[in-house]
Amino acid sequence: MTAKPNRSGAGAFFAGLLRHQIMIPLAAMLLLTIFHLIVDRSFFSISLMHNVNGDPVLTGSIISVIDSGSELAILAIGMTLVTAASGGQDISVGAGIAISGSVILRVLCGTNPSPEHMQAPIIVAFLIGCLAAAACGAFNGALVAFFRLQPMVATLILFTAGRSIAAWVNNNRLPVVNDIEFKYFGGYIPGIPIPTPFLIAIVCFIVTWAMLKFTNIGLYAQAVGINEKTSRLNGLNPAVIKLTAYVILGLCVGVCGLIKTSRVGSINYSVIAKDIEMDAILAVALGGNALSGGKFSMSASVLGAYVIQYLTTTLYSLNVRPAAISAYKAVVVILLVVCSAPAVREKFSRLMKKARAGKPSGSAA
Amino acid sequence: MKKRRIFSLIAASVLGCTCMTGCGGDKKELIKVGIINNDPNESGYRTANDKDLKAAFTKENGYDAQFSYGKTNDEQMQYAQKYIQDDVDYLLLSAAGTAGWDGVLQDAKKAGVKVILFDRVIDADESLYEASVVSDMEKEGETAVEWLKAQNLSEYNIIHIQGEMGTAAQIGRSGALDKTASELGWNIVSQQSGSWSAENAQQIVQAVIDSSKPFNVIYAENDDMAKGAVTALDKSNISHGVGKDVIVMGFDCNKWALKELKEGNWNYDGQCNPFQSSYLIDIIQKLEKGEKLAEKTIIMEEKGFDAATITQEDVDQYGIGE
Amino acid sequence: MGEKTVLELRGISKAFPGVKALQNVDFTLHTGEIHALMGENGAGKSTLIKVLTGVYERDEGQIYLHGDHSKSVQIHSPQDAQQAGISTVYQEISLCPNLSVAENIYLGRSEGRLISWRSMNKKAAKLLESLGIAVSPSQQLAGCSIAVQQMVAIARAVDMECSVLILDEPTSSLDEHEVAKLFRLMRDLRERGVGIIFVTHFLDQVYEVCDRITVLRDGRLVGSYDAEALPRVELVSKMLGKELDDMADIKSEIPASADDKTVPVYEAENLCSAEGIAPFRFYIRRGEVNGFTGLLGSGRSESVRAIFGADKVTSGTVRVNGKPVRIHRPIDAMRAGIGYLPEDRKRDGIIGDLSVRDNIILALQVKRGFFRPFSRAQKIRFAEKYIKLLDVKTASVNTPIKSLSGGNQQKVILGRWLLTEPQYLILDEPTRGIDIGTKIDIQKLVLKLASEGMSVTFISSETDEMLRTCSRLLVMRDRRLVGELTGDQLTQQSIMKTIAGGDGA
Repeated sequence: MTAKPNRSGAGAFFAGLLRHQIMIPLAAMLLLTIFHLIVDRSFFSISLMHNVNGDPVLTGSIISVIDSGSELAILAIGMTLVTAASGGQDISVGAGIAISGSVILRVLCGTNPSPEHMQAPIIVAFLIGCLAAAACGAFNGALVAFFRLQPMVATLILFTAGRSIAAWVNNNRLPVVNDIEFKYFGGYIPGIPIPTPFLIAIVCFIVTWAMLKFTNIGLYAQAVGINEKTSRLNGLNPAVIKLTAYVILGLCVGVCGLIKTSRVGSINYSVIAKDIEMDAILAVALGGNALSGGKFSMSASVLGAYVIQYLTTTLYSLNVRPAAISAYKAVVVILLVVCSAPAVREKFSRLMKKARAGKPSGSAA
Repeated sequence: MKKRRIFSLIAASVLGCTCMTGCGGDKKELIKVGIINNDPNESGYRTANDKDLKAAFTKENGYDAQFSYGKTNDEQMQYAQKYIQDDVDYLLLSAAGTAGWDGVLQDAKKAGVKVILFDRVIDADESLYEASVVSDMEKEGETAVEWLKAQNLSEYNIIHIQGEMGTAAQIGRSGALDKTASELGWNIVSQQSGSWSAENAQQIVQAVIDSSKPFNVIYAENDDMAKGAVTALDKSNISHGVGKDVIVMGFDCNKWALKELKEGNWNYDGQCNPFQSSYLIDIIQKLEKGEKLAEKTIIMEEKGFDAATITQEDVDQYGIGE
Repeated sequence: MGEKTVLELRGISKAFPGVKALQNVDFTLHTGEIHALMGENGAGKSTLIKVLTGVYERDEGQIYLHGDHSKSVQIHSPQDAQQAGISTVYQEISLCPNLSVAENIYLGRSEGRLISWRSMNKKAAKLLESLGIAVSPSQQLAGCSIAVQQMVAIARAVDMECSVLILDEPTSSLDEHEVAKLFRLMRDLRERGVGIIFVTHFLDQVYEVCDRITVLRDGRLVGSYDAEALPRVELVSKMLGKELDDMADIKSEIPASADDKTVPVYEAENLCSAEGIAPFRFYIRRGEVNGFTGLLGSGRSESVRAIFGADKVTSGTVRVNGKPVRIHRPIDAMRAGIGYLPEDRKRDGIIGDLSVRDNIILALQVKRGFFRPFSRAQKIRFAEKYIKLLDVKTASVNTPIKSLSGGNQQKVILGRWLLTEPQYLILDEPTRGIDIGTKIDIQKLVLKLASEGMSVTFISSETDEMLRTCSRLLVMRDRRLVGELTGDQLTQQSIMKTIAGGDGA
């Protein structure tokens, strides 16, 4: 059989890019950006100001987007792996953030819920918080991998009970950390005008990139997600790989717990990270990843997360009525998710091919 | 075989006797109370409310009390039915939603269970419950708005951060502001729901700051959201508090919030009184004695605190939480 | 056999990215005819069928039905094909295993909104009886054997009153008995005037039941012939496009029983798995090719899966090169230098959405370890090596493996295990669904590997393949090992006898 000659260099690169699933979140960002350029250019203005402590801070709507979208982007990383390997989603991440946040505050406050100073170094509290979150992840992962529960069913347990557990960790009191150092992680480090959550997110992206490059987790998660039986026959242990994915999501949850509690210095068990699991799943879907598992693109999910935040900030800036915000968000999200569904993309590329084939130019078939 | 049966019969009756004497207590029986509340983790207010009730309705005080929590009407109604079946003397209820309770209340009436509402009113015929101890959210809003009017600002540009849409607190507190704002022509720069979350409030205020629209009042319908709003102000180095550029208003009177008032960082905080147990116990005692109640609906007195006049005693006495 | 044409394809062309699957193909089918469609892997048979049935959209060409040349039929979807009277039974059964036989027959075809289960079952019973299929209409399909499932699929097609019935590799999973039943059914349909397109690799079957033969090669039509007029050897040479070497005898030069004193590469005693085979003793020496033979369901696959640790091993001692090892999971076997090509390539062999490259390197990568991924360049090198060695037809290393033809998929999986350089390779039905040319290549490859020192266990339902390559045959019956044949005993007759038993074998 004869093969068509490959298009050279840049042409091939862009053709490949266009077919890649990352096009959907990129296109969404482009559309939102064009919208702002037309309606309200000031959305993109960034200014360097000083906050009440005299530290330099960058401020502007775009800064708000990358700042507030950090937790979602970090969660999207873990959720992508979990989706890929187990073909399902973890809906307990919000409760997990409540637990890890509660643990962090417990370690910092000790038995007095409103101490003058922190009772332990922040790094220790953070590590213990991550441990707690990883334990939740392991719990979920074990149910899915060893007891073969459906992911959404398995994670329903922590979704229901998690926030109560978080409250119990602090004996149902509301701890408050007054130390200014703690607020650096959710705010700004003196001297660095870039919001710290974004810096933390960047660190997470780098760690993730390294993980995907220097280990086989990407290949294994995809293999297990696509065909578990075959993966086993090639020497993989699907249960361990699924468990690993959930624990990694747990670590992401731990990091988010730190950021969220650090933003306000306290916690409210029912309200913290409310409904964030839906947004995280949405980010994965927006990135064009199949929610039934298998191949994935991590960068597309992360971009998807920022698209969601971009949309939210846009709606706030337009001062849309609160009832209407949900409606607008829903419409945009439905459109985006439909466009990024693998079936729709296939149909679209078939149509494109037909259109190209219909053109008289080009070599004979 | 026969010996065994006789033996077990004797043992059972001995056990039974001891049980009965144990249950009865020394002098009088405990009053059986079933208490249904909303999620105690919902806010500092609710936590304080729950604690207050738990501290009041103890065995030492003469009550056999059971506590249940439900986020929705359906959940709460299930608990209510259970308590009615358990034959409690009193059913204390803070309903999640205002409508749909007629059926349950009638069941209670038939079973002879006395119902007392607390914290919020519900849409039901007055004959179906004995009494209610409530906060008038509308009044809370009105008190706040009156105070705001009394500030006599040259112009009013208000960021209105609402609570979770549809909740009694939000409806009451928003209603008051909406009414007066339209009457007096105040400019509502932005009106968004923060869903009781500090983080959302921060984003909302940040969006207004980024849009460069001028504002001088932040009306946040609870303390957490006021805190979030202040974080955004601090980031942009916008001064707030007594004698500063932006007036900050909150609700719930958490202790830490009243501290902010005392330190002059915030301007106003509206009380939502969670300490209803004393009223409730009072009512129950009266009913036990067979007295008639003076009023069916007791509206708790709720104040608004001004940062300029608040004292340390106020903080200690009225501040919720620790 | 009527002379009226029921189906005519003229000038059909279809191309995919990088590959021209069909070029200007003509095909004519008469009423009441069984017509074989043959060709090597990648010749275009599957593509032609899919174009006919609406799965693919043809790029060029016309389709005429019932001799009507006035209009070219447009088939855009499987529904269109059905309505045109074209029914298909695919190689991989596309029915619903969780539904009953009757439900599968009438799936998607109920008239009106309500279904009367009783009348549906009655209608199904009548249909099954008329076709001589002995199965109850209310039995769950998953509980039926593959052969029965296939016949149910055919019954469904027949019930839709097709004028053209396409059977795509229907006999791959059937034993002789079942094949005979199928042919009876096919002949019956032929009498009724149905035109049957029979896609197959089995030469014997073609000559047994077909009237005409069409040969495709490399996407082009080679020719259409009457079966009676075309000798076998000529048919094969047309398919391969060259003069065929003698495929009758390519027996290896290695003496049947190698040095008995050498330690076997692999040895197992009392090996037993949770799949219910009786504990058996097994050994294989360096450079030896042996095989398992027996009827369908006799436990051949289960035995080799136990060797590889693919099923739960419940007892037995295993020695590799004389040293005792524990093989309880596939990774243990892989580390001991064993490779396993599974019988069911779709379920156990390929990872569909992954590329050809990733499928090839997977086993070696897992062997290498979690923290030592191959670089992209290394992966491509490995993949290209085996694509070349095994002549795999694919657009590129990055093509998802699911878009390759069945035979090429098989080659990719074979390449995967060859890449791990095993000392002992187990091949379970490696030539199923593969064209003749490749079959021979694989057999030659097996012998070559054996001569270089690799031990191979070969399982095939075609006993002549086994006879050509194995020096020792283990015979299984009813899930137990009943005999071992070497040297002179390696004849069709003695195999049959041992399988049948009754001689104290």
